[in-house]
Amino acid sequence: MIDAMLSGLEALFEGARFLFEHGGPNIVMLALACAMFWIAIAKGVEPLLLLPIAFGCLLVNLPLSEVMAPGGVLKCLYDFGIGNELFPLLIFVGIGSMTDFTPLLANPRLLLFGAAGQLGIFVTLLLALALGFSKEEAVSEAAIGACDGPTVIYVSNMFAGMHKIPTAMVGALAVAAYSYMALVPVIQPPIMRLLTTRKEREVKMPSPKGKVSKAALIAFPIVVTVITGIVAPKGLALMGMIMLGNFMKVSGVVPRLANAAENEIANIATLFLGLAIGGTMAGPQFLKYETLIVFGLGLVAIVIDTAGGILLGKIWYLLSGGKVNPLIGAAGISAYPMAARLVQSEGQRWNKQNFLLMHAMAANTGGQIGSVMAAAIMLSILKGLGII
Amino acid sequence: MSDFTFGMTMLVVGMGGTLGTLFLITLCIRALVAFFPERPVFKEDKK
Repeated sequence: MIDAMLSGLEALFEGARFLFEHGGPNIVMLALACAMFWIAIAKGVEPLLLLPIAFGCLLVNLPLSEVMAPGGVLKCLYDFGIGNELFPLLIFVGIGSMTDFTPLLANPRLLLFGAAGQLGIFVTLLLALALGFSKEEAVSEAAIGACDGPTVIYVSNMFAGMHKIPTAMVGALAVAAYSYMALVPVIQPPIMRLLTTRKEREVKMPSPKGKVSKAALIAFPIVVTVITGIVAPKGLALMGMIMLGNFMKVSGVVPRLANAAENEIANIATLFLGLAIGGTMAGPQFLKYETLIVFGLGLVAIVIDTAGGILLGKIWYLLSGGKVNPLIGAAGISAYPMAARLVQSEGQRWNKQNFLLMHAMAANTGGQIGSVMAAAIMLSILKGLGII
Repeated sequence: MSDFTFGMTMLVVGMGGTLGTLFLITLCIRALVAFFPERPVFKEDKK
């Protein structure tokens, strides 16, 4: 009987023994989880995503954890909603429902900032290839330039499902993407000031005059979905879900569905997605040299995105005879509405009578469409090249 | 396919395709706004 009791006691200490003998990487990851808790709770940085990701990271890195083993809770969530791309798409339905495209329809030319704001994706892809990453890894890393967490997860997980990139890389990419989205207010202002002159930053832009009818707002998501389906069918699910959410909202006839997409569906998908992504952050697989490179390339991508938008703004400034404030180019990324608010505050910093918000909102919603379109086009090109 | 060819293809076709498609959407928005103009609301309509 004493032997049985000793065996039982030994089993209770097995986890602690594992931690001391082989748990170096796990201890580092547990510390990282705590750091993410602190950032999410004390600093309020992307808490909706960082909190569940950090908890998933905590669960998977505790010694002898079986949450990501076959049948484990996080493995089930991963297979149920990440492995088949479901959760990012459900989040997109919510994002579409939360987005107001009215400023964009009132000033459609600003959609082009949404294209310029994707320059970082393609330049980062070249950099990643130059650093020796495989084509699939390079595309996944470049997707951080979309400044859009669900897009990054969608693209990278597609390759993870084909066993062309390690599953742990999906977690690293997701954390990098959400971290940099949260850091947009820190990353963008120095680039804005570096690439523009004071005279350019002070340019006042009149309020958009055009009004948008409800019929145009209803037709817009259908038109964008059809164009995406024709040009880049591999990314139709991404764009289609955003536009579905927006269509439900602007139609005005299904407020319950629109509210559910914006609240319950988006919230549940966010919780499960965060937990499952955190579950991919097991220490031995996560703590690699490549992870640091992923974070470095992510930063480069967002810097180049911002620079691309501002440079298009500068060209526009010259062509329009100084009527366009180049700062609004910085809003051509997908971080909505943070990037637009940042442009507004930066514009007011240099000219108190400057109200760039509506223009920046148009460019920012253009950035949302642009980032998804860029990902869709990348996937379609990859299919055309026979890579997927 | 070499990495350089792949990267340049993605840069040129990807960036060009994104720009071109968004330009196409811009034209469609202009057409939509022209086709479905915002009607002024008159007092008779309100009644």
